[in-house]
Amino acid sequence: MSAVLFFVAAIGVIAGAVGVVVLRNPFFSVLALVTHLVSLAVLFLLLRSEFVAAVQVVVYAGAVMVLYVFVVAYVGGESDSIGERLRGNGAHPPAIGSGLRLGGAVLGGALLVELLIALLGTGLEATSGDGAGYVPGPKAFGTPAYIGNLLLTRFLLVFELASFLLLIAAVGGVVLARRRGGIGEEDEHEKFVPLDMRRPLGTGTMAEGVGSRRS
Amino acid sequence: MSIAWYLAVSAIVFALGAVGVMTRRNPLVVLLCLELMLNGGNLALIAFSRMWGNGDGQILAIVVMTVAACEVCIGLGMIVAIYRRNLPIDVDELRELQG
Repeated sequence: MSAVLFFVAAIGVIAGAVGVVVLRNPFFSVLALVTHLVSLAVLFLLLRSEFVAAVQVVVYAGAVMVLYVFVVAYVGGESDSIGERLRGNGAHPPAIGSGLRLGGAVLGGALLVELLIALLGTGLEATSGDGAGYVPGPKAFGTPAYIGNLLLTRFLLVFELASFLLLIAAVGGVVLARRRGGIGEEDEHEKFVPLDMRRPLGTGTMAEGVGSRRS
Repeated sequence: MSIAWYLAVSAIVFALGAVGVMTRRNPLVVLLCLELMLNGGNLALIAFSRMWGNGDGQILAIVVMTVAACEVCIGLGMIVAIYRRNLPIDVDELRELQG
């Protein structure tokens, strides 16, 4: 039973990944990635990590993919059309593009062979087994209680750092995608810096009145 | 199923993601392929975690997911900013930094 489920999910994972790479429309690429993520969650469940599988489906396939869909809908689903239009005008000869694509595929194949040798040719005996023993229970390996216990005791620093990272990323995303500015030109007006708080002398500030600011 | 099968799947997914990063020109799809590579790494982490019966790999996988979410946030923000400046959405055309 688990073997059948594994092969179905693995085919889904690999088909989704192939779809992301080869589909021309970015919207379909996003949908293929959703397929990939859901199948990957099934693989996680087979590996007894229920909490990570749930996070994968809820956070990744739910939230992050919605962000992708919105951006694809906003930016427009033109895939390689801009590059092809320029190539049609002679800016890029087509031979170079397809040659680079072929080179990328060859490099990827070499990477795959190397990874397979590294992962499967290590001679580790444990990789041919089913993994460590597993006893079902409310606090068994991979349950939310287990993960939460680890996150709040042994990996507390990692947990806090991850929350800071999320905060910084949220602020950065808002700053980058602002209506004005972004990576482009800055706003000309209303720029307050702390040095502006220093007024020129003799303008009748309270600080001069009480004599706390020397001339 | 033995752990080696999961590792093989993770290697295939990682290599496919690498091919996508190298060959695609749309930065949106490049980001999606980066997600594929991170997911391949996650699958290997969780397979090793199951192999040892130790939860550290799962924690690391969750941290990788967090970092991936941050990367998506920043990357999509940059794509929206590029679009607002009417620059071509094509990683081959955006090469002002290329010296």
